[in-house]
Amino acid sequence: MKFTCLRKGGGFHFPACHMLNVSGFRILLDCPLDLSSLAFFSPVPVAHEAHKSLDTDSVIRKKQKMEKALDANDLVHAEPWYKTVKSLHLWDASFIDVVLISSPMGMLGLPYLTRTKDFSAKIYVTEATARIGQLLMEDLVSMHMEFRQFYGPEDSCFPQWLRWEELEVLQYEMKKIALGKDCEELGAWMPLYSADDVKDCMRKVQTLKYAEEACYNGTLIIKAFSSGLEIGTCNWTINGPKRNIAYITNSIFVSTHAADFDFVGLRGNDLIIYSDFFSLGAAENMENDNTYFDPVASLNFSDDVNNLEEMSASLLKDDESTEEMEKLAFICTCALDSVRGGGSVLIPIDRLGIILGLLEQMSVLLESSSAKVPMYIISSVAEELLAFTNIIPEWLCKQRQEKLFSGEPLFEHAKLIKERNIHVFPAVHSPELLTNWQEPCIIFSPHWSLRLGPVVHLLRHWCSDPNSLLVLESGVDADIALLPFKPMAMKVLQCSFLSGMRLQKVQPLLKTLQPKLVLFPKDLRCKIQISEANTIFLYSESETLRIPSSKNSTEIEIATDLASKFHWKTLKQETITRLEGELFMDYGKHRLLSGSHPADSKQQRPFVHWGSPDSKGLLTELSKIGINGTIKKVRDDTESESAAGVVEIHEPKKAVIHVGETGTVIISADENLASHIVKAIDIVLDGI
Amino acid sequence: MAIDCLVLGAGQEVGKSCVVVSINGKRIMFDCGMHMGYTDSRRYPDFSLISKTGDFDNALTCVIITHFHLDHIGALPYFTEVCGYRGPVYMTYPTKALAPLMLEDYRKNMDRRGEDGQFTSDHITECMKKVIPVDLKQTVQVDKDLQIRAYYAGHVLGAAMFYAKVGDAAMVYTGDYNMTPDRHLGAAQIDRLQLDLLITESTYATTIRDSRYGREREFLKAVHNCVAAGGKVLIPTFALGRAQELCILLEDYWERMNLKVPIYFSSGLTIQANMYYKMLINWTSQKIKETYATHNAFDFKNVQNFDRSLINAPGPCVLFATPGMISGGFSLEVFMQWAPSEINLITLPGYCVAGTIGHKLMSGKPTKIDLDKDTQVDVRCQIHQLSFSPHTDAKGIMDLVKFLSPKHAILVHGEKPKMATLKERIQSELGIQCYCPANNDTVTIPTTHYVKADASDAFIKSCLNPNFKFSKSSSVDKSYSGSNDSKAIPGLQVSDERVAEGILVVEKGKKAKVIHQDELLHMLGENKHEVQFAYCFPMRTERLEKTRSEDLPSADDLLCGLDKCTLISLLSTKLSNELSDGNIQDLGEQLQVESFCLSICLKDNCPHRISDSLQNDSEVVFFCCSWSVADEMLAWKIISIMKNYTLPLEGRLQVRI
Repeated sequence: MKFTCLRKGGGFHFPACHMLNVSGFRILLDCPLDLSSLAFFSPVPVAHEAHKSLDTDSVIRKKQKMEKALDANDLVHAEPWYKTVKSLHLWDASFIDVVLISSPMGMLGLPYLTRTKDFSAKIYVTEATARIGQLLMEDLVSMHMEFRQFYGPEDSCFPQWLRWEELEVLQYEMKKIALGKDCEELGAWMPLYSADDVKDCMRKVQTLKYAEEACYNGTLIIKAFSSGLEIGTCNWTINGPKRNIAYITNSIFVSTHAADFDFVGLRGNDLIIYSDFFSLGAAENMENDNTYFDPVASLNFSDDVNNLEEMSASLLKDDESTEEMEKLAFICTCALDSVRGGGSVLIPIDRLGIILGLLEQMSVLLESSSAKVPMYIISSVAEELLAFTNIIPEWLCKQRQEKLFSGEPLFEHAKLIKERNIHVFPAVHSPELLTNWQEPCIIFSPHWSLRLGPVVHLLRHWCSDPNSLLVLESGVDADIALLPFKPMAMKVLQCSFLSGMRLQKVQPLLKTLQPKLVLFPKDLRCKIQISEANTIFLYSESETLRIPSSKNSTEIEIATDLASKFHWKTLKQETITRLEGELFMDYGKHRLLSGSHPADSKQQRPFVHWGSPDSKGLLTELSKIGINGTIKKVRDDTESESAAGVVEIHEPKKAVIHVGETGTVIISADENLASHIVKAIDIVLDGI
Repeated sequence: MAIDCLVLGAGQEVGKSCVVVSINGKRIMFDCGMHMGYTDSRRYPDFSLISKTGDFDNALTCVIITHFHLDHIGALPYFTEVCGYRGPVYMTYPTKALAPLMLEDYRKNMDRRGEDGQFTSDHITECMKKVIPVDLKQTVQVDKDLQIRAYYAGHVLGAAMFYAKVGDAAMVYTGDYNMTPDRHLGAAQIDRLQLDLLITESTYATTIRDSRYGREREFLKAVHNCVAAGGKVLIPTFALGRAQELCILLEDYWERMNLKVPIYFSSGLTIQANMYYKMLINWTSQKIKETYATHNAFDFKNVQNFDRSLINAPGPCVLFATPGMISGGFSLEVFMQWAPSEINLITLPGYCVAGTIGHKLMSGKPTKIDLDKDTQVDVRCQIHQLSFSPHTDAKGIMDLVKFLSPKHAILVHGEKPKMATLKERIQSELGIQCYCPANNDTVTIPTTHYVKADASDAFIKSCLNPNFKFSKSSSVDKSYSGSNDSKAIPGLQVSDERVAEGILVVEKGKKAKVIHQDELLHMLGENKHEVQFAYCFPMRTERLEKTRSEDLPSADDLLCGLDKCTLISLLSTKLSNELSDGNIQDLGEQLQVESFCLSICLKDNCPHRISDSLQNDSEVVFFCCSWSVADEMLAWKIISIMKNYTLPLEGRLQVRI
């Protein structure tokens, strides 16, 4: 097995991307887009802003500004391109056999792959991820349209800003976005795919139900188990004839909305690939941002927990979900304070779970405090997305499923929309929005990069209002993100949400899963303790790891009707038999069934002989069946060895047997005689 | 190894479906239904046959419920709460959501009928807590050995066929299913599985149905005619399933015809059920599924709640009343009021259990129905029988059995004589052993079992190697362009029959291992001893007249380089004409067929010659052959061909001279 990490995980919005080679099949794990690099571009300028980037003197101007702090003019004023996984384009897409998509975010780069010529891989995605992922991609394409309408159709396939002279003079932060830390990522930039590419991509996707077994090529059995991060997100198990692999992406043990991390389903695999984690870096940022977070809240696990069920329970017993709920409550109170002060609240967070949680908590809070403030959701896909969350109970957490069984809607928003507490609009310029518009208000709207979508216009509207509140996810570089909207008078609340497994949980989880091998990111190795019971392979970006095979033989199943026809031969220690049949590969299992031509009697004779024959013994055996002869003298010189000799047969017909150390030659003109001689040899020698 | 299949219900009848299957030490109960035609102990399956002591937790591994109809789930609360089964119960999400409604509805009606309900409302709640919901195709590992999986059955919302596998033995229990899509559900769908046993329903074991479309129109016409004449339409249904399907149909028709006649649902139950349907829209047909975002198909606009006071209100209306089959409750109450009037219409579902009023109405055309000793109802109203049903017809059953091709099939949930006919068809047309056991009978069938061994890579690789066989055949090619003339083309047929050949080695205390023949000696630590045959024999040659007159060179002189090749190729041609198969390789100075190797022998005292054979003269050419044991038959065949053949050594000689 070979494993190559193409890109390590970068939080919720940019999951990791790996290439796996197992049983001769090449499997791509996720295909994300780095949307944080959108910060490189300026949002669609408003009419009075000068359009400077194409000026010839801009280069000089920029050079002069090298030393200064970044300002809005340093951003690139052009139709944005999008950054894919940096080394994915170095792989031949036609050689990929399987693509596994774990989350809607891991799907955003997929249309680039599916539109390549000769791409023929099977793409497995859970039903819910496929639907949400499709909506996200469609939303991205529709938001991008605004740029296209502004800048007009692209005239060259190679934009100005991508020229080296332009890139050279960029400020350090900007250069880092454009080229990556190691200046290797320039090739990853791509213009956005079209709506048709998305449609085409969706046609090639094979959707899976919860824990549905998909069998690829009769060899690999692929299953998706919920990861708890979002509705429909999953971890994978890949079972091949020689290896059982579990691939663990961003996972949350107890979710407030999505189905919990189903780690029990991952048991029984001998190799675990740990991919993404909730990064501590983000947590540290949080503290700087004065938002609520308690880094030592997680439990310490005692090593003496041996009972499996106890262990599972202790993994789930964490207060992660209550912590997350408290964060939402905190945001809600901040929002309430803001609207009470006459300011509006803008929440450009694109995490479905957070939005759903905020909608419910916010409406309760607003009602209890009898604040009559409208909530708007502005997005081209919001209506469909919200409706979708109410029809997939299979991918929701236990509490939500209970709602199904008691006949209540899964999420409150359907009711809130009906009661007109929440209003959903496809765009800022929707006529219904204009007639309904009321300030202060609370708005949920994409996109979290603050470069695309309705949020850009709303932010321009409120950025100078000190009473208004902007809620951002941490992980977004707020300095660069807010650059086009400076000076900002608006309050900014940056909040970190749990987006994966904490490192403390790695070891307890391993104890539960008990794999033989673990793949773990090299840079995080020092931060965790893994007991010696597991062999660890450390991987780092763009490096291919070879994992030696644990089994050197394959399990095979032999049908009983075939097995019952065996002719056994007993040797000193072993019993052996010839077997013949047809080998089938089905659901990762090799099966030997009796073939269309069942073994007949002709096969009763041994073909392979070993041991050393004795001429005298042979003669004795021959005489038993009425064949007589004499042993001729061993030919002298070199070949003289004890066993070697020539047996001449006189009766019933003439024949000669050359008996040597390594071989015997029977010379006879008569078929019958020859076959009788062979039978005698079979007795003298061992054979099968 | 065997599967024991104990039929506790729905054996040669319809009602109280319940089959207990034992596979490789696991025991699964499929469905736990009640019989609607009985009110005594016969309405429940005889659970004492599972465990005499009543220790069901140890007797059963799990219970699987296919769908929410009472004849499939009705006895479950009784079984878990009264009999005390505490193990896992599996059903799909919609079944778990909707089953309590059905059970509750039934319980209420029973109360009204004054029987002891056998289970209470609390029993239902407690029972449902034991249920583990599953998604379609979700592979559930019940325990280490037992794996189950649900497949779409299309009978009612959430109806599923269940696959169960223990070790190498696998089976499918279909529950009720429908092979054609209807107004709101898709058709049944299942993977091609390797099965030892298929237990299938056979409600319509001998019926073949045509398209639903005409039948639906008949129904709508009957309803329309009735309401147009000012009559009332009673549609006795269960709260779920048929009610939603017909309602989608009526709703659509009402829109198109712009009708304003009210459609009522008898209890809040059905309205509440619509709420569930909205959330579970993913389980409906593709067409309806796609509407979820804009207008959920289960948001009925024309439907209103019914009130008892409306029973005798003037004017036409359409009423959906529970329970179906008019087995009691509200539908019976309305039936008593409306049946005596000619302008009213009662539509009955396709199937009514014997013993219900529905069944009486369907069999013949009764004018009077006795409810009990004292009550009699005059039946003057029109009766329309819905002829579409969410069950598959005979063709569908045959299609499914053929598709799955199980080793054995068991028919349940049908009528005895029809089942016997279907059983014959399955056995004769599909060659599948089929049974239709009666209630409380056990059927035992053998199962497949595999012997497990480790296989070496060399063995696996050798199996994957192509094994091409070329054989000549003169196939007749009927070309489309040429009208009548067909010409024979001597074609080469290529077949690739891969045969897995290896050696199985069993050593005490070790796992059996399959290896390739070449690996054996290494494994045993022995040296190979090659046993070969060899035979050098003369072959007659023939020359043409004119060459004979000339001064003949000796055969030895002739047989140098070029001529050796010529002779070999002559032989090769001859052999390829004579031998049907075998890969003949002409290697210039040698000829090889499998391990049989032949070359022209020039030595005077070749050790492979048998001395007393033909004397050496110039008219013969010696061929020295050797072969291994495996190709013994082939070798002698070739030798006999050669011995009966005279090599023509004509013109070529002259050319050389």
